[in-house]
Amino acid sequence: MDALAALLVRDMRLAVRVGGGALVGVLFFLIVVTIVPLGVGPDLALLARIGPAILWIGALLASLLALDRLLAADHDDGSLDLILTGRAPLELAVAVKALAHWVTTSLPLVIAAPALGLFLNLEPGAIGAVALTLLVGTPALTFIGLIGAALAVALRRGGLLLPVLVLPLTIPILIFGVAASNAAIVGPVPFGPPFAILGALTLLSLVVGPYAAAAALRHGLE
Amino acid sequence: MSREPTALGASEDPRSVALRAVSSTVKTGAMGLIGLANPSRFLAFSHRLLQVLVPVTLAAFAAGLYLAFFVAPDDYQQGATVRIMFIHVPAAWLGMMCWALMSIAALGTLVWRHPLADVALKAAAPIGAAFTFICLFAGSMWGRPMWGTYWVWDARLTSVLIMFLMYLGLIALWRAVDDPSRAGRAAAILALVGAVNLPIIKFSVDWWNTLHQPASVIRLGGPTIHPAILLPLLVMVVAFTLLFITLHVSAMRNEILRRRVRTLRLMQAEAA
Repeated sequence: MDALAALLVRDMRLAVRVGGGALVGVLFFLIVVTIVPLGVGPDLALLARIGPAILWIGALLASLLALDRLLAADHDDGSLDLILTGRAPLELAVAVKALAHWVTTSLPLVIAAPALGLFLNLEPGAIGAVALTLLVGTPALTFIGLIGAALAVALRRGGLLLPVLVLPLTIPILIFGVAASNAAIVGPVPFGPPFAILGALTLLSLVVGPYAAAAALRHGLE
Repeated sequence: MSREPTALGASEDPRSVALRAVSSTVKTGAMGLIGLANPSRFLAFSHRLLQVLVPVTLAAFAAGLYLAFFVAPDDYQQGATVRIMFIHVPAAWLGMMCWALMSIAALGTLVWRHPLADVALKAAAPIGAAFTFICLFAGSMWGRPMWGTYWVWDARLTSVLIMFLMYLGLIALWRAVDDPSRAGRAAAILALVGAVNLPIIKFSVDWWNTLHQPASVIRLGGPTIHPAILLPLLVMVVAFTLLFITLHVSAMRNEILRRRVRTLRLMQAEAA
């Protein structure tokens, strides 16, 4: 347990220090949200309608951008080998790493989302709904990304492959995240069911992600 | 194992004779997978299998196509376009079945370390991708006259498209690594993770019941398709499945031969 706590603290420290790049994701998120109105035009009514989708896609891409950091740096400096040979179960160790990664890269996105929602002319209620769905949905993005990161590390030349492997798996999260946000804003479907399914997908990925990632690392790095 | 060399030559230990008798009965009983772990034996077995499979597949296609184009009546609403279904539905079925097959092969790789499992997985992926593409293509050809558009972002279409993308991702994963056994295990994990997606594809029809018509072949209360169309459809499904098995066995043979060539080249390079 101590080892896992130490790993959590270490990962979070590394992420916020020089070269950690935790906040680059937020900057990227801001840039994506800025670019979309430049592409579709400054029509505020249109932006309000597609706002939740823009925020969700921005968050998805931003979390994808940071995924490369999840295991690759540890693999390069050899600490991943220590984690592999350590006494803590590998499944828990990678889960803790993903948790630290979520706190340092995805949680800032969730916090930044309301401010960016103002740019997109979203109502306060809509902003709350998007932030809530992002809070519930982004852990799934991180834990599914964990599988891709583990496969990419195991394959040495997998960095380019990471988004291709991860994005299709995250599509259900995106669908239900946006569906729940839109349900809260315009209806007619109630907010509950898509939000509950989003939560279920997150819980599922919390279980599947660490096991699959640990298996990928064990088989890939022997 | 007919030419099994004995360690002690002529004077044989009775225990080893008994052991061999037991192992040969086990082999004849549960022969299949364990015996076929030897690639040479698989090549010989699959050669004989293909000699049967190819004519049977051709015959099934002849029957299926005849039924589909000359016997099946036009639909009272859809007209002749209903015949696209005879390609579309079997391709959709095989696109999904192929992923299920790959998941079983993935278990074979990860759990039993069966040497043919990752060959099966690798050989299946492009075939599955091709059938999924045929499904999408035929579906959009049908959608144009029926729905007035080549593509709608309906749940089931979208999930088939996602499956197609995942096939491509899996193939890309294979091509990213030079060592086949490492690539095999990584692809096996990805295939199993993707298998979680299969139920989502199946039940997405019930989740968002939008433009696409609800499932009509397998549902409670019997099929809603008229028997005059259902029979050709089932024959075509059988024909496509046979085609899949034929292609898959041939692709596995090719993959084994390709690996042999690779090993020979590596040996040659080392010797030079």
